[in-house]
Amino acid sequence: MRFLSLISANLFRKKIRFLLTLGSFAVALFLFAFLAVVKDAFGRGSDVAGADRLVIINRVSIINTIPLKYRDQILRIPGVKYITHNNWFGGIYQEEKNFFPQFVIDPENQRQVFPELIVPDDQWSAFLKDRQGAIVGARTATRFGWRIGDRIPIKTTIWGGGAWEFNIDGIYHGKRQEDDETQFWFQWDQFEERIPAGIKGQVGWYVVKLESPDDAVRVAKAIDQQFANSPSETKTETESAFAASWVKQFGNIQFLIVTIGTVVFFTLLLVTGNTMAISVRERTPELAVLKAIGYSDRMVLFFVLAESLIIALMGGLFGLGLAYLAVPALGAALNGLLPNLVLSLSILASGLGVALVVGVASGLLPGIGAMRMSVVNALRRV
Amino acid sequence: MAIPLIYNVRSVKARWTSAIVAVIGIAGTVGVFVAMLSLARGFRATLVASGSPGNALVLRAGSPSEMMGGVTLDTVKVIQDAPGIARDSSGPLVTQEVVGVVPFPLISTGTDANVQVRGVSSNVLHIRTFVKVVQGRMFEPGLSELVVGKNASTTYAGLTLGNTINFGGGKWKVVGIFDAGGSAFDSEVWCDARILNQVLKRPENIFQSVTVHLSSPDTFQQLKDALTSDPRLNVDVTREVDYYAKQSTTLTRLITILGGIVASIMAIGAVFGALNTMYSAVAERGREIATMRALGFGTVAVVFSFLVEALLISFVGGSLGCAAVMPLNGLTTGAMNWQTFSHLAFAFKITPELLIKGVIFALVMGIVGGLPPAIRAASRPVASALREL
Amino acid sequence: MIRVDGNGGSSSLIKVRGLNKTYSRGGEKIQVLQGLNLDVDKGDFVAFMGPSGSGKTTLLNLLGGLDVPSAGSITVAGDEITRMSARKLTEWRARHVGFIFQMYNLIPVLTAFQNIELPLLLTKLSKSERRKHVETALSIVNLADRMHHYPRQLSGGQEQRVSIARAIVSDPTFLLCDEPTGDLDRKSADEIMALVDELVAKYGKTVLMVTHDPLVAARAHTTLHLEKGVLVEGTRSGAGQSVLAGGIA
Repeated sequence: MRFLSLISANLFRKKIRFLLTLGSFAVALFLFAFLAVVKDAFGRGSDVAGADRLVIINRVSIINTIPLKYRDQILRIPGVKYITHNNWFGGIYQEEKNFFPQFVIDPENQRQVFPELIVPDDQWSAFLKDRQGAIVGARTATRFGWRIGDRIPIKTTIWGGGAWEFNIDGIYHGKRQEDDETQFWFQWDQFEERIPAGIKGQVGWYVVKLESPDDAVRVAKAIDQQFANSPSETKTETESAFAASWVKQFGNIQFLIVTIGTVVFFTLLLVTGNTMAISVRERTPELAVLKAIGYSDRMVLFFVLAESLIIALMGGLFGLGLAYLAVPALGAALNGLLPNLVLSLSILASGLGVALVVGVASGLLPGIGAMRMSVVNALRRV
Repeated sequence: MAIPLIYNVRSVKARWTSAIVAVIGIAGTVGVFVAMLSLARGFRATLVASGSPGNALVLRAGSPSEMMGGVTLDTVKVIQDAPGIARDSSGPLVTQEVVGVVPFPLISTGTDANVQVRGVSSNVLHIRTFVKVVQGRMFEPGLSELVVGKNASTTYAGLTLGNTINFGGGKWKVVGIFDAGGSAFDSEVWCDARILNQVLKRPENIFQSVTVHLSSPDTFQQLKDALTSDPRLNVDVTREVDYYAKQSTTLTRLITILGGIVASIMAIGAVFGALNTMYSAVAERGREIATMRALGFGTVAVVFSFLVEALLISFVGGSLGCAAVMPLNGLTTGAMNWQTFSHLAFAFKITPELLIKGVIFALVMGIVGGLPPAIRAASRPVASALREL
Repeated sequence: MIRVDGNGGSSSLIKVRGLNKTYSRGGEKIQVLQGLNLDVDKGDFVAFMGPSGSGKTTLLNLLGGLDVPSAGSITVAGDEITRMSARKLTEWRARHVGFIFQMYNLIPVLTAFQNIELPLLLTKLSKSERRKHVETALSIVNLADRMHHYPRQLSGGQEQRVSIARAIVSDPTFLLCDEPTGDLDRKSADEIMALVDELVAKYGKTVLMVTHDPLVAARAHTTLHLEKGVLVEGTRSGAGQSVLAGGIA
């Protein structure tokens, strides 16, 4: 573009100012990316939840259990393809702050219901043969440096009997970047064997995989109807609804994040707008000369907008790039407190969009001023 | 000799648009900083308020929380006879409790939240003396009646005085509303422990925790020694205050870390904004500065003068930021406490100490943002600055 | 031929008839130009002199299409510019006028070469064609060796030479100069004026120049004084006779 040297020469005119404005954009967009990533993480459960899976819990309280013998009755309901069950183990590995979720699983059906959590076949068969075996998610394994073959003790007070020990027979990976890779699985049989007689035969919750997502409403109703008025009434909903209501209990986090984001946006607009205004003001006589030579008012507006857009995009890309590099580190700092932080493509795209909008907006007012400026008056200012 | 302050004040007024920009940048950052910290404070305060120094909590040994506990009736009987416990006309001040997590719909979204329902002994108000029934009355032992915390009744649907609700396969009547002094209990629903056990299909004579009122805070050690050395028992004894302090760590840590990261990033941005403003100020006033120096004002005087301006701007910004978030004080919000799996309402807590921290933060940003330009202003060769058109 | 009585022939390059310009300043109306007439032929070199506030710069601005009159007409090479829309006027300026101001002529962040190239960026010339024109202009003003220097690396006189190069690079119909030597020392001023003389004598340029400096004005073919809103022909001995009818050739 033939005017590129003029525009870029003006851009780098005052190096410090250019760097500071660039820096402001970078910082604002870094923050934007960070907030978006955190917001995503809070809402993660409902995003990855399968549309074709149902979660069945005890209606009275999520803490209460459901009898194992309901299993066959649920399987007979048309539309139910597979069913598996889980219990929340809630043990402690070394100390409380090393928290990660531990689930008792039903090995026969686990992989059918959760196909996105992938275990290599050889590791899975080893696990099946080992009563004390365990499969652990990649993220937790990395966190503690565990390897296949390690023997891991987990303390529990709920289920009686001190520390339980497990052999790590395999490590699972999630198919998508957002899948949860922190879980620790071990066998139902082992669990049943070791817990007191009074509480045997009870599962924490069931997860059902449907023939088709369209059956969700019908099947959920059917299941709950089946066990209405029984000693353990059920509450069945889709996995995403279940996750969403969990997140909603976090209520105002969304609102907080949106508010902060807005504050940042407007502050950025103000700062860069002001910088552009000062920069244009300083150049009034030059712009006047350009107009005298024959550059139209609109071209002058174009120059100003081009400048602010270029700074915005450069700064924005820089900030987003930094965020991309920093997010894994931030995720580590929040280890265990939040699901893993992922900087998705859509966040990057909206970040660029924000940068663009601010770039145009901050250049608009000074640009229009420059466009409207009368050459005669400007030159007289000398 | 120092450059008169009035020069700074007038200069700021003359270039008020730029000054306003810097002010707003700093105000925004300080506001976010104070808001996030007060959120963490509020959460912690709620939980800490739940414990009083005159009470102790007895749990099964090794239980990290009430949720995981298990204490038999026999154990309770032993505790009732232990030394160091207060007694009054109703008997030993001991309440054996059961906690359940029951879904109730949130008034705000209509979806369910897990609410902590606590089964207590009928003399609980003598033990948790800061809890007062402010509407209606306490529940009758043996009946399906509820007393509801004041936050709970405004957060969850259906928990109003006189209302009957269903859960656990039974009907319950809300007979009273209590005020628990801003503690976690304000988000809870209380009822008779025995009835709750039945409804939750738990073994009849097993409780999850026992809270005792000490005859005086000093008798704690005596009680602890007596109970832990008793071979019939397998328990831990903690001061109530310490227990609740521990319960809040996860969420407090999360909010503090997130808030800290956000505030740091915003601070960097605000400093950039302040630097930009001040550098532009120095550029625009090049001739003025040179004139002053030619007149005899030294380097230190010039640096100091600009620094004062920066501090002026940042002080105004900081105060504005604090003022802007003041209305949040006392505003309740809700979050899930992972350690108890239940929903908890708590309030932003803005203390004078926090506000002062906010203003200091602003001043620091002002110094960082004002120093480099000030030094530049003072070190430019006078002659070239004067020659500038 | 230069006339101020409004009776110039149709062959004039620049024809001004009955030019009025009124300003509002602080509520008051000030009429700066009152029925001004002017005829200038191709190749003429005219100097305008007059006390401060007499409207010399205003006249120049109007002639250059930077301003519009309250009444009257200006015709340049057959185009009546006083009837043009703002947009057409901008295009016309780019094609027909070369401006040289007292200061701020050059863009400080561009090299001499890039500054001179500016008017050409508005045309459809290719990069190599533009380069040729710029180099020609540079050689005319004798600054080819400094083409990649920035204005801050040039002396005042050199900066004005670059301005002149920029003003002539697109071969405009006429040059308008507003006190071009006002900021220069004697020696540099002389150099610039020698260049202007060359442009007129050797290259046949038409030059209209406002100046305070009688020595500069002396180099022009004619000096006109702006008095009471109209142009008056002056002699070396000072302000001239008012000539409302019939001019001195």
